[in-house]
Amino acid sequence: MPQSATTARIAARMDVLPRAPTRRRIQWSGYLYILPAFVIIATFHFIPVFYAIYISLHKGAINKFVFTGFDHYLRALGGEEFWNALITTFMYAGLTMPFTIALGLFFAYLLYQPFVKARGLFRAIFFLPYVVSTVGSSIIWAWIFDPRSGLANWLLRAFGLQPLRWLIEPSGIGELLAKNMGWTIPTWASGPSLALVAISIFSIWQAMGYDIVIFLAGLTNIPSELYEAARIDGASGWTLFRHITVPLLAPTTFFVVVISVIGSLQSFNHIFTMNHAAAQSLGGPLGSTSTLTVYMFDQLYTHANYGYATAIAILLSLIILAFTLFNFRFLGRRVQY
Amino acid sequence: MAWTTVKRPVTSVDRLKSLTGQTAIYAILTLGALWALFPFAWMVLTSLKGYTEAYAVETFLPTRWLFSNYIDAWNTVGHFPRYFANTLFIALCTVAGVLTTSTLAAYAFARMDFPGRDALFMVLLATMMIPFEVTLIPNFILVRNLKWVDNYAALIIPWIASAFSIFLLRQFFKSIPQELFDAAVIDGCSHLRFLLTIVVPLSRPALITSGLFTFLASWNSLMWAILVTNKPEMRPIQVGMAAFIGEAGTQVQLLLAAVTISVIPVVLLYLVLQRWFIEGIATVGIRG
Repeated sequence: MPQSATTARIAARMDVLPRAPTRRRIQWSGYLYILPAFVIIATFHFIPVFYAIYISLHKGAINKFVFTGFDHYLRALGGEEFWNALITTFMYAGLTMPFTIALGLFFAYLLYQPFVKARGLFRAIFFLPYVVSTVGSSIIWAWIFDPRSGLANWLLRAFGLQPLRWLIEPSGIGELLAKNMGWTIPTWASGPSLALVAISIFSIWQAMGYDIVIFLAGLTNIPSELYEAARIDGASGWTLFRHITVPLLAPTTFFVVVISVIGSLQSFNHIFTMNHAAAQSLGGPLGSTSTLTVYMFDQLYTHANYGYATAIAILLSLIILAFTLFNFRFLGRRVQY
Repeated sequence: MAWTTVKRPVTSVDRLKSLTGQTAIYAILTLGALWALFPFAWMVLTSLKGYTEAYAVETFLPTRWLFSNYIDAWNTVGHFPRYFANTLFIALCTVAGVLTTSTLAAYAFARMDFPGRDALFMVLLATMMIPFEVTLIPNFILVRNLKWVDNYAALIIPWIASAFSIFLLRQFFKSIPQELFDAAVIDGCSHLRFLLTIVVPLSRPALITSGLFTFLASWNSLMWAILVTNKPEMRPIQVGMAAFIGEAGTQVQLLLAAVTISVIPVVLLYLVLQRWFIEGIATVGIRG
């Protein structure tokens, strides 16, 4: 009722008012509306970027910085630690991403089947690990991986296998396997440490629900006519999945890959908590779980190397930025089917 | 009824085939759900055991269900009630701040016309691409110089504006029909009144999504809070729990009782607002 009254009033006035050429009316108060947000964002999220560049070129204690040029960058790029952290980061990404994506797509596809009832319930359960705080769930998983009383070793014993040291095991999984088999392998083949693998198992558990939700959204966007047409042509089951679902999901998959790599580059909370819960130093055992962000934080918090830590943060950001831009460009062009 | 049966008649073999297929799919989905849930079940079970029993993995169920562990955890895990209150206070202030600043800014970007508006919006979008790690150390130094260490201000003020929320709300505000606005202006309604009486009530879904993600990010944040809190009583819950793990004589059943308590608010919120959680993620794809 009030709506129609308003409409009538507008109509009435439209007739009365001369239709003046619509002139641009500048609303200066707009600046006032954006002011609070801009003050905060400029102070804490924009200007600090420039300050970060400044800090990365200096050394010494806070407020007593001494100019040191590109020393920190040279130290990072010329030394082993930075590269080791980068390799660890990509090993971690390689241990988690294929599994979360495969499981995510698998469960999303099952949930997507039209006959499935309680889809919402399943989706809600799958997504729960992603919602719960990482510190909390990392504590739970550190307890599951406890060498003496953990569920993981209980399971191994139940299958008649040797218990493992999980989060405190610095040896590579390749090395452990070889030792078990009685082989000797070169050091480069020892692979990621068991501790990193344990952390990756946690990540797969945590991120699976996220991938399911994203894939499910992608699947719902595929026009059902395509499936119908293919069915009329006699396609079914695997053929439908392989030739319709997979190619049409390519943009979604690409998005998930980029987001996962960025997530690996920024991974911190669970590594910090699980290292701590297993009584290891940050990035331990023997630095085998020190991803780039963990390394950055260690340099900042444990060693108070502000300049060097900032230089690492900037290098890390450049890598992330490259992935983000790649994502934008690629998605902007759309994936070819 | 009759016209649906024109298709090929469904034989009992077909029905059996699809029934086994469906049962298999349900079985796999249930396995997946158990995989997602078992750590929580294990957390609750461990949190109800006695000290020696907790470390003896052989007994799955507690022989005596010690609900008193929760009271003990509340009283002995660091300054647990304080951590809890700190986090709740910080998260609520942050949400209120983000919603206020973002609603105002998003409205100006969506509905007002002023010089440089689009350029400023682009700058805003650009800040969304800056990873948190770059600004971490400069912000830490700034907050230290402001004497905000061990002060709630450090945990709240830097986070009360969010480019992401502005972006989300602006998209939503833009979808509100222009006619509504024209009508209001003709009736002599000011921008602020229009925003508060018409736009905000219409934008509940977007406001809930943005408030929810802000709450979650605040409740779960760790790295920044480690840097800017030294006094135990100023710690938010995540820092408090992480610190408690390392303390001598930590008893796992109490620690997991504390974790359970810390998880409850988020799980409750999730159960109530589940739709917004999942649809928010599905549409914008952000990842914490």
